[in-house]
Amino acid sequence: MKTLAIEASGPLTTVQDAGRYGFQDKGVPVSGAMDRAALELGNRLLGNNARAAALEIFSGGFRARFLKEAFFAVTGFDPEVRLNGRGIDLWTSHTAQAGDVLSIDAGSLGLWHYLCLAGGIHVPFVLGSRSTYLRGHFGGLEGRTLRPGDVLETDPGGPQKPSGRIPESLRPPYAAHPTVRAVPGPQAEAFCPEAFDAFFSAPYRVTTRSDRMGMMLDGPRLKHRGAADIVSEGLAFGAVQVPGEGLPFVLLADCPTTGGYAKIATVLSLDLPLLVQTAPGRSLRFQAVDLLEAREAHLKRGYKIRRFFHLLRQGGP
Amino acid sequence: MAGETRPPFSGPPVRGTADFPRFRICGDMALSVELGEGIDTAVNQRVHALYRTLKRCALPGILSLNPTYRSLFLQYDPTLCSFERLISAVEDALCNLDDSLKESGPVLDIPVCYGDELGPDLAEVAALHGLAQEEVIRRHTAPVYHVYMIGFTPGFPYLGGLDPALHTPRKAVPRSKVPAGSVGIAEGQTGIYPIESPGGWQLIGRTPLRLFDLNRDPPFLVEAGMAVRFYAISREQYENLSH
Repeated sequence: MKTLAIEASGPLTTVQDAGRYGFQDKGVPVSGAMDRAALELGNRLLGNNARAAALEIFSGGFRARFLKEAFFAVTGFDPEVRLNGRGIDLWTSHTAQAGDVLSIDAGSLGLWHYLCLAGGIHVPFVLGSRSTYLRGHFGGLEGRTLRPGDVLETDPGGPQKPSGRIPESLRPPYAAHPTVRAVPGPQAEAFCPEAFDAFFSAPYRVTTRSDRMGMMLDGPRLKHRGAADIVSEGLAFGAVQVPGEGLPFVLLADCPTTGGYAKIATVLSLDLPLLVQTAPGRSLRFQAVDLLEAREAHLKRGYKIRRFFHLLRQGGP
Repeated sequence: MAGETRPPFSGPPVRGTADFPRFRICGDMALSVELGEGIDTAVNQRVHALYRTLKRCALPGILSLNPTYRSLFLQYDPTLCSFERLISAVEDALCNLDDSLKESGPVLDIPVCYGDELGPDLAEVAALHGLAQEEVIRRHTAPVYHVYMIGFTPGFPYLGGLDPALHTPRKAVPRSKVPAGSVGIAEGQTGIYPIESPGGWQLIGRTPLRLFDLNRDPPFLVEAGMAVRFYAISREQYENLSH
């Protein structure tokens, strides 16, 4: 079903889902949405599979016309969203009629915004996922960023008309200068104790050398005990590697599957949304946590989300 | 599981593995299991044996398994598979390692057109080592290489066993665009760029084979654990094989 015609695509709009897992042994990056929480909650609000494909809109400059009646939600950090010129709420399900025009523009804070459509965006699965991997020219819509004139199809949505709104308490606690939790390691012992203290106390500024692959930070330089190089090993979204010059580089959604620099810490998956939404020029801090604290955080969030969607399905909350 | 005792890790003792396995926590969604120090074929084959053993048991919540030089990298969904269950599964697999699962299949022969514009660094590599270009080609095509791992970009094989006379540092300034098929050298490794990407390896030739092709089933030509060998072809043969 043809659902959406793109009129303006902004600097970087791609189709992304929850990632292309299972081909990392073949060197295929996971890719997928930079802000997984925004993707997952937007999808669930519409009755979609949490992993369904949506449009990831970097910054803004996006405008599209609906070709049929459709249910949608826009999630992310602080974009300006308008339907036919009138501001509408984020994290809320809406109904659009054929001919309605939706625009998404950058607000003052976040970077990555998601347009979720009931049923999910229909593009071919490539290696089990609909996510776009730009460097490989595959996934999403012909392996590329969207451009004006593109028409997107959706899969059939659920039988119920979605209605609801994700409460603030369930959204990632975005902030202009967030504190993100990180588990030390996997090569904590490769760093001097002072480096460890500095990493977990000083603010680090996000630089413009940041994209879907990684984020270069600026702040206190981190000294290695010996060499910065390790025998190449697996890499994943959230790993904080530190090359020889000592500035941390956080690997993000499109990161390569292997790397050879020592990693001082790994950002907690639940806090990756806060990290990726931090714009260049703003700063963030890292807070050390262990796996038990991570477990508690997952359990608490899982409970809150299950409860919310249970009540939503029953007509509440 | 209570009271159950595990047999000692299976398989013949491998030199340098007494201090292993070593579990490295990689955040709340990944674990690295190191099985040895450094780059060593026996250690790497053990990594692949663990990879295959775990792949067979299809534990729920495991998102991906990635065998690398000396470690297996596991990504998991902590809401579906707890850290304890993951560790336990790895322990069970290490106790039931099927060491008979060694490299299988014939050696894959890969044609390469060496030098000139397809291998722009061949002359430099030869000069650096005081070798004739033909000698670099002879030494590069002589060994059977073990594929330690696939990484960097889809289908990029890291090959070990390069002739020590050819060990060459990376380019001081990486190229922003390395063409697909380029065959390169970096220190003691050699490898092939499957897709156009940035890269700092010394490029000595190019293969007309497509290492990664989504229109082919399977899309990947080379897999970790395989054995490969290069053979030299002329520019004319390269052009013919490219079509």
